[in-house]
Amino acid sequence: MTRVVFASADPNSSDIRAVEVDMSTDLGTLELPAPVLTASGCAAAGKELDQFFDITELGAIVTKSVMLKPRSGRATPRMAETPSGMLNSIGLQGPGIDQFIEHDLAWLAQRGARTIVSIAGGSVDEYAKLAQRLRNVPGVAGLEVNISCPNVENRGQVFACHAGTAAQVVQAVKRFADPKMPILAKLSPDVTDIAEIADAVVRAGATGISVMNTTLGMVIDLDSMRPALAGVTGGLSGPAIRPIAVRCVWQIRQALPHIPILGMGGIRSGEDALQFILAGANAVSIGTVIFNDPSAPLRIQEELAQALAIRGFTSVSEAVSFAHRSATAEVGVEVSEEDQDGQ
Amino acid sequence: MSKPVQLRGEVLDVRRSGSYFVISMTAPGIPEQTRPGHFLNIGIGGEDSSMLLRRSFAIHQVQERGMYGGTLEIVVGVNGKGSQWLADRKRHDTVSVVGPLGRPFVLPKQPVACVLVGGGYGSAPLFMLAEQLRERGCRVDVVIGAATEDKLFGVLDIKRLASSLTITTDDGSLGEQGRVTDVLPEVMERHDAGVVYACGPMGMLAAVAHIAGNHRAHSQCSVEESMACGVGVCMTCVLPVVGDDGLTRMVRSCTDGPVFRGDRVRWSDVGTIPDDVVGAPQVGGH
Ligand SMILES: Cc1cc2nc3c(=O)[nH]c(=O)nc-3n(C[C@H](O)[C@H](O)[C@H](O)COP(=O)(O)OP(=O)(O)OC[C@H]3O[C@@H](n4cnc5c(N)ncnc54)[C@H](O)[C@@H]3O)c2cc1C
Ligand SMILES: Cc1cc2nc3c(=O)[nH]c(=O)nc-3n(C[C@H](O)[C@H](O)[C@H](O)COP(=O)(O)O)c2cc1C
Ligand code: FES
Repeated sequence: MTRVVFASADPNSSDIRAVEVDMSTDLGTLELPAPVLTASGCAAAGKELDQFFDITELGAIVTKSVMLKPRSGRATPRMAETPSGMLNSIGLQGPGIDQFIEHDLAWLAQRGARTIVSIAGGSVDEYAKLAQRLRNVPGVAGLEVNISCPNVENRGQVFACHAGTAAQVVQAVKRFADPKMPILAKLSPDVTDIAEIADAVVRAGATGISVMNTTLGMVIDLDSMRPALAGVTGGLSGPAIRPIAVRCVWQIRQALPHIPILGMGGIRSGEDALQFILAGANAVSIGTVIFNDPSAPLRIQEELAQALAIRGFTSVSEAVSFAHRSATAEVGVEVSEEDQDGQ
Repeated sequence: MSKPVQLRGEVLDVRRSGSYFVISMTAPGIPEQTRPGHFLNIGIGGEDSSMLLRRSFAIHQVQERGMYGGTLEIVVGVNGKGSQWLADRKRHDTVSVVGPLGRPFVLPKQPVACVLVGGGYGSAPLFMLAEQLRERGCRVDVVIGAATEDKLFGVLDIKRLASSLTITTDDGSLGEQGRVTDVLPEVMERHDAGVVYACGPMGMLAAVAHIAGNHRAHSQCSVEESMACGVGVCMTCVLPVVGDDGLTRMVRSCTDGPVFRGDRVRWSDVGTIPDDVVGAPQVGGH
């Protein structure tokens, strides 16, 4: 999708011209007409946001993580506002895969929105079953595997926190999903070496990386003098975590120069989105900021086109990883391998 | 069905009423869609505000046409930083508004006697409701209560809309000393009420629903749950509600509510996941 924006190609000039920016991008074999997506759990299955903007204009809708069976989620309070962010402990409330396919996915397909289905499980087997259940279901452009879930078979250890378990989940999904299905593994930042986890899931068959999920946090309520959330701890999201997310994208891009990356974490404006792209993301997701501005995804996509044009980029792909270029490189120069240790 | 709009409203006036701030603002496109019980979500601070989550307020009054086009009013009780910011707005300031949101009160088809119960600023959405019920030929009796006199909202104005008004305060500073639920049974009996509408704190709603049930009356309760998005995408605002099929589900109060049938909400289980709720954790499971 090409957007025409009005900008000055030369920052020192007041000469404003119409500039065409090619907004199309790809996450490996998944081609997207535009680079802005919704983040899982922050857009449900698109229907509510379609009241505020045309969801088919986005790169894709990433749906709320779905499990095999209906799930009630955790007790309330499920959220607490924090400076430039929030904590949530929803507990993956959802209708289960059958209802999801019948209602949500059917609606998205009929609406003509590209859809990446986020799946979550309590065991490797649950992920495998979900991948299988989604085989040959119309309207699924890709899978995002939410591995930030406790493994019920191993003392609630989160799959995403160990390279071994993260890889096991992805391998199972790869084995049971449609062979051509793009598979994004969604990583947690709560690890010592995120590049190591990224490498493990790519070896296990992930065709791309989504990063980042929320980071674990906690708030104490001073009236009750107890944890503010019924679930005690919760996931921190919003602009407060943006620098952590940009860092994660940067480190993964350094370690894996060619893997598609879907970046997210606190994106509030087109310029925020551009930081992720320059750090190495091929596309970005908008999450918590939707709660502040339900029109945010499309607004940010338009601002991003502007932000690219102002800096002289005529396409998204030119800007991907641009912050990794060597000190002497100019616009459009490829990143060379030697420049990537970045210490 | 209403379709929420997102706009910047211009503040026309902020006036004090007891301990509350009544804010009127322009909101083209919202008044004509508003039904009693709908609410708004208001953005706090500017575009870079660190308070990311919108605050919810019941729509108090609307005017479809006038000097400023569509306008509306909300009633703000200062509770924390966000409501304080809103109360500090001045004429000509603009605020970001999303609305109308939620499911409004259901109105009876027959001209039955109705009792409207408001706790604190909970009386705000009852004014429009009283007007519309009267237009349908319903008798409207109103009970409002608060901790103290300054926390009652709209005593004089609602009196004009009601066949009778009963006031309670916890400290007896105005009306009868006690709670709205102390006087509700008698008001219901006196007028043979068929429907009770209520808006206020959760404890009050639970008690109202119980009393309505004892009188075999229908009740419509507008709940107040903490909301992150207000538009149905985040699942933070849920409470256990019994459906037509008899099964309890955790439902979103922003889109399936905030108004619920009082006999359908499992009041004593709010804040928990009851064992028999659809999708509850299995023993030994997650
Ligand atoms: C459907 C609905 C209608 C409402 N109508 C009115 C009204 O007409 N007039 C009025 O004065 N207030 C109303 N409230 C309550 C109002 O939304 C809160 O007082 C307000 O959000 C408090 O924000 P704060 O920043 O001042 O407080 P803080 O305590 O600093 O808020 C922190 C966070 O908790 C949430 N929160 C705190 N208290 C409440 C509460 N009581 N209900 C819901 N969320 C809360 C806030 O939204 C925010 O995300 C309504 C709430 C709901 C859900
Ligand atoms: C209320 C809420 C629910 C979420 N639910 C999910 C989920 O179901 N699956 C998932 O992979 N991530 C979930 N996330 C994480 C987001 O998709 C995103 O990775 C994270 O919030 C960081 O982006 P943000 O700061 O833009 O929100 C959720 C986040 C929030 C705030
Ligand atoms: S507040 Fe987000 S779903 Fe209700």
